[in-house]
Amino acid sequence: MSAAHDDHHHGPAKGISRWLFTTNHKDIGSLYLWFSFAMFLLGGTFAMVIRAELFQPGLQLVDPNFFNQMTTMHGLIMVFGAVMPAFVGLANWMIPMMIGAPDMALPRMNNWSFWILPFAFAMLSSTLLMESGAPNFGWTFYAPLSTTYAPSSVTFFIFAVHIMGASSIMGAINIIATVLNMRAPGMTLMKMPLFVWTWLITAYLLIAVMPVLAGAVTMMLFDIHFGTSFFNAAGGGDPVLFQHVFWFFGHPEVYIMILPAFGVVSAIIPTFARKRLFGYDSMVYATASIAFLSFIVWAHHMFTVGMPIAGELFFMYATMLIAVPTGVKVFNWVATMFRGSMTFETPMLFAIAFVVLFTMGGFTGLMLAITPADFQYHDTYFVVAHFHYVLVPGAVFSIMAAAYYWLPKWTGYMYDERLGKLHFWLSFIGVNVLFFPQHFLGLAGMPRRIPDYALQFADFNWISSIGGFLFGASQLILLFVVIKCIKGGKKATAQVWEGAQGLEWTVASPAPYHTFATPPDPKLIHDQ
Amino acid sequence: MLPKAKLWLALTIAALTTMLSTSLQAAWDLNMPQGVTQISRETYDLHMQILWWCVAIGVVVFGVMLWSIINHRKSKGAVPATFHESTKVEIVWTVIPFVILILMAIPATRVLTEAYDASESELDIQITGYQWRWEYRYLRDDMNEEEVSFFSNMSTSREEINNQLPKQETYLLDVDNPLVIPINKKVRFLLTSNDVIHAWWVPDFAVKKDAIPGFINEMWTIVEEPGVYRGQCAELCGIDHGFMPIVVHALPQDEYDAWYAGQQEQAAATRAAANNTITMDAALAQGEEIYNRTCVACHQAGGTGLAPAFPALAGSSVVTGDLTENLQLVLNGVPGTAMAAYNRMLNPVELASVVTYIRNSFGNSTGDLVQPADVNALLQEAQ
Ligand code: HEC
Ligand SMILES: [Cu+2]
Repeated sequence: MSAAHDDHHHGPAKGISRWLFTTNHKDIGSLYLWFSFAMFLLGGTFAMVIRAELFQPGLQLVDPNFFNQMTTMHGLIMVFGAVMPAFVGLANWMIPMMIGAPDMALPRMNNWSFWILPFAFAMLSSTLLMESGAPNFGWTFYAPLSTTYAPSSVTFFIFAVHIMGASSIMGAINIIATVLNMRAPGMTLMKMPLFVWTWLITAYLLIAVMPVLAGAVTMMLFDIHFGTSFFNAAGGGDPVLFQHVFWFFGHPEVYIMILPAFGVVSAIIPTFARKRLFGYDSMVYATASIAFLSFIVWAHHMFTVGMPIAGELFFMYATMLIAVPTGVKVFNWVATMFRGSMTFETPMLFAIAFVVLFTMGGFTGLMLAITPADFQYHDTYFVVAHFHYVLVPGAVFSIMAAAYYWLPKWTGYMYDERLGKLHFWLSFIGVNVLFFPQHFLGLAGMPRRIPDYALQFADFNWISSIGGFLFGASQLILLFVVIKCIKGGKKATAQVWEGAQGLEWTVASPAPYHTFATPPDPKLIHDQ
Repeated sequence: MLPKAKLWLALTIAALTTMLSTSLQAAWDLNMPQGVTQISRETYDLHMQILWWCVAIGVVVFGVMLWSIINHRKSKGAVPATFHESTKVEIVWTVIPFVILILMAIPATRVLTEAYDASESELDIQITGYQWRWEYRYLRDDMNEEEVSFFSNMSTSREEINNQLPKQETYLLDVDNPLVIPINKKVRFLLTSNDVIHAWWVPDFAVKKDAIPGFINEMWTIVEEPGVYRGQCAELCGIDHGFMPIVVHALPQDEYDAWYAGQQEQAAATRAAANNTITMDAALAQGEEIYNRTCVACHQAGGTGLAPAFPALAGSSVVTGDLTENLQLVLNGVPGTAMAAYNRMLNPVELASVVTYIRNSFGNSTGDLVQPADVNALLQEAQ
């Protein structure tokens, strides 16, 4: 009897129902990661359309309206479909294993928060097939372009955003509940890996701002269908109010996409430097300060709306302040590498590239914070270059680093190191050829979100497009490496990496379906 | 080498270098323009100052990192150190960046304060953004003076955009009616929008601000050198966001005065013409010209339209139906669609002509001849 009982509880169900009904954090983590990768390819395809159209001056492939649909859908899918779910996937897989918990605190809600996502994105993508076309007002959907002047598909967009928001909030509640309640004995808060810390703080950010986003789209919905005038000047409303509400969500949102990345990099660098993370406490405090500051800088996206000078100065100073805790993090990572004993496996390569290229995105962020200079940069390709530097070689590289780092733990096999390195180098070269020239384009005066451009922008645009195609194509290598690694390869040990520290490396590779059903030995829990 | 061959070689090299350097100048702009105003130069200096700070910090941080990557690798037998925290060091690298930020904030605050001081302007111009054109209106002190106001549309042809004609040097950056301002005068712009949010930007002036419906924003410039300055709408404003350029002609005061007087005369003549009657032939000729300039992009040659977005005018029930309804539609547009209100973009004579034209072309034959007075009557009624 007990054998049957064990079977029932300790192995995954068979077939499709395993995935549909699963409450297992590892299964749900895998679902999130695969979903995110699919969205990454879809959003990437839209990006390829954009770069192909911009390869040469003139309109070649698409009309301006479709171009606007592509920029909008690319942004929405990458932010809400690729980056955010990837981090939730990593959280699902790793947080319970890192804190010695058997699963997430709310497993059924976990299933639910994943499974509503495909519906949200199916609905959003279906707008491409509608007669009105997909949303074409940019991922920032400024009113009244997104209300009075929007295509009728906007209602589907609003509903999709509501579902994504609900999913994120449920995910965040789950993570907070797990981290606060389910840590193994001995796992005090200040012994938690930084990935857990950064996710805990991110989860609070999500809970704070996703309802604000929901509020913004609900006000849009009422303006469009129920005759209100929140954002309609003709009815006494205020289009700038939309931007305040949107960016009150939107700025913390960019930290939602980068704080978990900090956590990933803070796990990988010590492993491959074979040296403890420098300044753990300061890392925790820096993360918390960044999260706090993220709530009081939103209007730096709006320096040109005509705020009073006091507002401009406040948001400039507050934004500049973010450079301090962010700098502390970068210095700590460098200090961790300093006098370590480094090797350069693929996760480490991605992590080092993250530190360098994210910092470059940080530098341009500091430049953008300088209000009078921002009058020149705002809404140009300089901004496009800036946020792609923090999001692609920033957030996305950290996700790839994490995937390579934990793949052996997930699959039980080592991935193909040679292919991994090839993927890294092609991505690294591609991403820089793609985005570095965009700084020049922006400084020379090319506005963002235009399907066609003046002749002086021609050269850097074709270079950027070539980089884009290279970067896009290289991602197929990642897909291949992951599939190959799932199928087999060199057996991974439990430890996997010589310098790895933490509870996840004390369980076998592949990690059994259920881990830490009994809490780990407190002696295994070390200072970070 | 033969002297002749040497000469050829020298010539070729000279030709190549000039070609290369001009193409380098034209196409490989790397940096923000210094521009032609005091604010634009100060903005440029600020930009460079912050950039150099970033470069310096980057060199130090990435330098240490690179040095570690080269020297502290396991393959070189490096043994990891055991240090992992130092409050002293953390304080140092919190305080130093903070001080640098203060050094950056001081000039930034100064330039911003200057840029925000729009007082004591010598000329005020109202700029209104439309999907997808700008309207410039020169504000008068004396309401009895003739008002100067006009629309500024991109004049790059659709054939160039669709790669059917070679692209000119000012591709996408040319307009039919540029904004004209005097040099060395403080010009204040009052900025608003008629529909969605646009942004008016001329990089050489370092002036960029959003044009927001229901709001009036303010900005100013003092241009120091005569010339032609170009910019673009910077805020996504719909389908033709990429096609609403800005061109500013900065003229010496006397030339500006002459231009302004000419505009006033023209405005007076237009007003006078609205009281005249027009003949069918004149209306058809002018109407055709206006149609081809203004309406053809959407309603197409021959009035065929472009389904499903743009309806055909040939055989349209509106165009062959009630005249007043047809006039009202062209005057007021169809809100929420691409069909704009032409009551301000075209003058009464032009409106009368184009409506006469569409009602008597493409196989439509209502025989109606619209007079400017009919248009005026409707315009007055609307007021
Ligand atoms: C930017 C594109 C665009 C331009 C330019 C444009 N129109 Fe239109 N026009 C439209 C659209 C779209 C409609 C349909 C509006 C609707 O949905 O009712 C329309 C409708 C009309 C109609 C009513 C047709 C019908 O059968 O319902 C008339 C008449 C008309 N336009 C005349 C003109 C004239 C005259 C001009 C030039 C002065 C002009 N339009 C310029 C887009 C345009
Ligand atoms: Cu515009």
